Amino acid sequence: MPKEFKAGCQRPISNNDVNLELDQKEEKEEKLNEGDEQLMSMIKVGKPAPEFTASAYIKGKFAEVSLSEYKGKWVLLCFYPGDFTFV
Amino acid sequence: MQDLGVEVLSVSVDSMFVHKMWNDHELSKMVEGGIPYPMLSDQDGSIGKAYGIYDEDAGIETRGRFIIDPDGNVQGYEVLTPPVGRNVSESIRQIKAFQLVRASKGTEATPSGWQPGKAVLKPGPDLVGNVWKVWKTSEAFED
Repeated sequence: MPKEFKAGCQRPISNNDVNLELDQKEEKEEKLNEGDEQLMSMIKVGKPAPEFTASAYIKGKFAEVSLSEYKGKWVLLCFYPGDFTFV
Repeated sequence: MQDLGVEVLSVSVDSMFVHKMWNDHELSKMVEGGIPYPMLSDQDGSIGKAYGIYDEDAGIETRGRFIIDPDGNVQGYEVLTPPVGRNVSESIRQIKAFQLVRASKGTEATPSGWQPGKAVLKPGPDLVGNVWKVWKTSEAFED
């Protein structure tokens, strides 16, 4: 039966790990380690911001946006957990 | 932000279609005319991963906020977990401070608690050991 939960700012985290076979678990751990390395190479202040291109919704239209288009301007880049969340 | 010459980009893992729905059905009721800046879609989380703020377990992006200068360099960032919202005034204060430093070509620095109009420091040989003469700790706090 689907279990109802209260809508909050956190999305539910799956417990899929529980049923993983051993080798899959190892695979997951390896992945986590890779993730650690990624964290190590996290953004450094004073260094270039990683370039990206993404689809976007802009005032009634859909368009592609690249960070490099904004060279010469100050940019405030804001990530957030999801549309229709509360904060 | 527009007054400061700053371009805002928002990013989440939602599709651009959901961005449109969110803008049309909710945000446009909070902000007249709707959201004025691009709402980017990062459905595979690759941008979030590049910026180190992607939460693999939840499949979402945490509240990461990055100030990027006209050369494309990151000047500052802040990352919060989902339930706590940001302080927009603080982002604006930081941008004004970074803009001031840049305009001075690095000859001026903004001390702790600096606000527009408050004293700036001019780092140099004469200031070494003498900050106490020109700056008081009380200035680190809001008036």
